[in-house]
Amino acid sequence: MEWIQQLVNGISLGSIYALIALGYTMVYGIIKLINFAHGDVFMLGAFIGFYAIVRWDMHFILALLLAMVLCAVIGVIIERVAYKRLRNATRIAALITAIGVSLLIEYTVIFFRVRGASPEAYPEVLKNKTIDILGVQISTQSIFILTVSIVLMVLLQFIVHQTKIGKAMRAVSHDADAARLMGINVDNTISATFAIGSALAGAAGVIFGIYYTRIDPLMGILPGLKAFVAAVLGGIGIIPGAMVGGLVLGVVETVVSALGYSLWRDAAAFVILIFILILRPAGIFGKNTREKV
Amino acid sequence: MKQRKLKKLASIFLASSVLVGALAGCGTSTSGGNSVSDDSDTIKIGANLELSGNVASYGSSIGDGATLAVEEINAKGGINGKKIELIKVDNKSENSEATSAAIRLAEKEKVVAMIGPATSGNTVATVSIAEKYKVPVVTASGTAPNVTENKDGKINDYAFRTCFIDPFQGTVAANFATGELGAKNVAIYADNASDYAKGLAASFKETILANGGKVVAEEAYVAKDVDFKATLTKIKSANPDFVFIPGYYEEVGLIVKQARELGITVPLMGADGWDSPTLVDLAGGDALNNTYITNHYSSEDPDATIQEFVKAFKAKYNEAPNAFHALGYDTVYFLKDAIERSGDTITSVGIKNALAETKDLSLITGTFTVDKKHNPVKSATVLEFKNGSQVFNSKVNP
Repeated sequence: MEWIQQLVNGISLGSIYALIALGYTMVYGIIKLINFAHGDVFMLGAFIGFYAIVRWDMHFILALLLAMVLCAVIGVIIERVAYKRLRNATRIAALITAIGVSLLIEYTVIFFRVRGASPEAYPEVLKNKTIDILGVQISTQSIFILTVSIVLMVLLQFIVHQTKIGKAMRAVSHDADAARLMGINVDNTISATFAIGSALAGAAGVIFGIYYTRIDPLMGILPGLKAFVAAVLGGIGIIPGAMVGGLVLGVVETVVSALGYSLWRDAAAFVILIFILILRPAGIFGKNTREKV
Repeated sequence: MKQRKLKKLASIFLASSVLVGALAGCGTSTSGGNSVSDDSDTIKIGANLELSGNVASYGSSIGDGATLAVEEINAKGGINGKKIELIKVDNKSENSEATSAAIRLAEKEKVVAMIGPATSGNTVATVSIAEKYKVPVVTASGTAPNVTENKDGKINDYAFRTCFIDPFQGTVAANFATGELGAKNVAIYADNASDYAKGLAASFKETILANGGKVVAEEAYVAKDVDFKATLTKIKSANPDFVFIPGYYEEVGLIVKQARELGITVPLMGADGWDSPTLVDLAGGDALNNTYITNHYSSEDPDATIQEFVKAFKAKYNEAPNAFHALGYDTVYFLKDAIERSGDTITSVGIKNALAETKDLSLITGTFTVDKKHNPVKSATVLEFKNGSQVFNSKVNP
């Protein structure tokens, strides 16, 4: 029974990683940039949801949607202001800029918040009931997290594979110059990618707040890094890879804690990253492509 | 640029004046501390407190409590006909300021005893000054063991405290668990990143084993974690009938919430690190039912002397006294008791000797005896959470 319970714990944690990892992977897929500010968009989503629920008395579904919309806008602004002009710069320049944007967001929030870096407690918006199935305790919140994550992932698959913008995204990711020659507006497509990725991060922020209660301006750092590991694990740039990578990482971390090595839990994620980079740099779902010289 | 230079100059000047002061102190105080001359009608006691800075609320609470006690004593005629004069100095919650405040009190104001800073770190910064000038320093709320005992196990002769030390709360929690709750198989889930929590966990375990209990699970977490479910599931499968969680409210709030979600219904217990309204926000009142904390004192304690103190305090300050108020108040009475026993001529060295010999002194935060390590052996108060508010449960003796 204990192990089924642990599996439930792991999947709940993993689906949050998966939601954040999706944004990483989409952005990387299209402009080959590791957007380190992504974890902070996740944090902004959590705070937008928090204020929407506490200050403006919004229903939490509305708060979730609001956080997604505002995060999408923020994501586009970040892309337009910080990354767009670096599209032809070296990768390291773009990476450093991403770290800069990340720090800027974190400390701007700390500066403008009355309570600085001190944490905030999410209100209990979902009456949390625990359902007992054969000795396994599943809280309604975990079910809610899973449902929302699955719905968002299915929606994403639909957008990427069935819509025009999705087709454009796949085309730009494959070859931006060729896509431009075919009449695709590359700039708008990239912005759309940032918008969708950031909206998912915003949703993850609100879900995180509801599930774990405590949010603070630096909360995005570690989940952001973990989601990055998840994205690499699944194969960066590949959307189903991010989902699987997130879930696998959540379960692995839970198993490490369950075996009594809870202090090694964070290390486990990064050990996985190292092994993946050594043994299979393209990730679980990646194809080994030879670098063009 | 000019301003920066000026600042630098000023700091050099300050530093050198402190140094000169300290050297001068060396010359004059070898004779054996400060004393109250027989024809003087006041006893000067210093209060080196955090009146501004990041822990200002601790320092000013202690100051308020101490002021009330001094007024009471003076209204009743003082000590042997001499009135107490409390000299408050702000140490701005900084170690270096605490040191210079202590020098000022001992050297310039010639106090016979000092009420020390509120935090352990600031108190440690004053200990060497206390030794040098032979003026005892008594901290009201510095709970770290190293205030009275240095790294090599040597006792700091002139350092005392009114509060119990951190590990003691672990002992109290263990006695409460086995005695009051009848727990036999306990689990420990401690913050691995703080000495405070590790000290509590170690003394809790020691006492539980001594009481014939069994530790069925011993786990650790790191500050800033948010997901504790995996470890809690593991603890649950070990079937403990009591879980001890020493740590601070930010994590504990989440641990309590997640433990209840996973169906851990047994009593949970912690120490004064839980004492914050944020804990209730994070965990929710329902989850906190059947949890306990140890603390220095409770304003809801039905004891008559405590209620009298609460009444007097409310009359003066219009609020219920918290633990810091009570400890500040007690510190003055702790000193008063020592001054009365120190002999006809009041000297700082005499007070120090009397403080070390304090026995069965009855105060607001418990009846105590000072042990060999200058720590009071006294009872702790156990509080229970009921629908999100702390309710007095019982007093546990060491």
